[in-house]
Amino acid sequence: MSVVFYIIAALSVAGALAAVLLKNTVHCALALTVAFAGLALMFLELDAQFAGFAQILVYIGAVAILVVFAILLTRGSETPKDGVYSHSPWVGLVLAAGVFAVLGWAVLHSASFLPHETTQPTVTVMDIGNALMNRYVLPLEIVALLLTAALIGAVIVAMHDKATQDGPTSDKEGAR
Amino acid sequence: MNPTFNPLTGYLLVAALLFAIGLAGALTRRNAILVLIGIELMLNAANLNLIAFWRYGPHPEALTGMMFAIFSIAVAAAEAAVGLGLVIQIHRHAHTTDLDAMNRMKG
Repeated sequence: MSVVFYIIAALSVAGALAAVLLKNTVHCALALTVAFAGLALMFLELDAQFAGFAQILVYIGAVAILVVFAILLTRGSETPKDGVYSHSPWVGLVLAAGVFAVLGWAVLHSASFLPHETTQPTVTVMDIGNALMNRYVLPLEIVALLLTAALIGAVIVAMHDKATQDGPTSDKEGAR
Repeated sequence: MNPTFNPLTGYLLVAALLFAIGLAGALTRRNAILVLIGIELMLNAANLNLIAFWRYGPHPEALTGMMFAIFSIAVAAAEAAVGLGLVIQIHRHAHTTDLDAMNRMKG
């Protein structure tokens, strides 16, 4: 365990905590970006360069931007007057704490059985490309189909419906 | 820190903590977009588990965990796009993203 791991872990956890605790929704999205960046650094620390850069491209480059767009389109940056938490937040908090307690107990009690390879894996991007084109070609095609379906589905879901039009202000949202 | 401390344990604990934070956010926030943010955090925690087991597992050259994480990232991107599209459409109909106010289908 190096010092770098502790710094990155603290960054990720702090970003995640800020993302779920802050009142302003835009600040939450920015904190989420910090958490994503921390996780990408953790992937790089784990010698998974390709997954780390994919994380940066997909999450910081696309998902975080999409979240900010959705927040601004739904005017979610205005903090509601009656609080940002649901009527019974204790149920969720107790559930989450229970899940963390069980997971932490399981990890700590199985620490001696966990695999512990010290050799660094020497995986190049060429190996990943070869694996994607040979052994994992069917999942790759399925993911391509899924992404196409999600693209069309998201456009159709968010497309402007003329029948339910209730004002000219929603025209800009339909252009998304 | 004792010298036999397994580095995998640290990564798994961080992933468990991130999963719990995401779950707490998804269960307690009222804004639908914040619930999606919590779900994204949980997916990322699972990805961290996959990558950590790949790195410290016995056969990293088989690339299994890495491939699983990459496909998981792609599926999460699709999920985020459809989920946020749904939130925008619901906001257009109900003029709110407050989940406590969305009770039209309540039985």
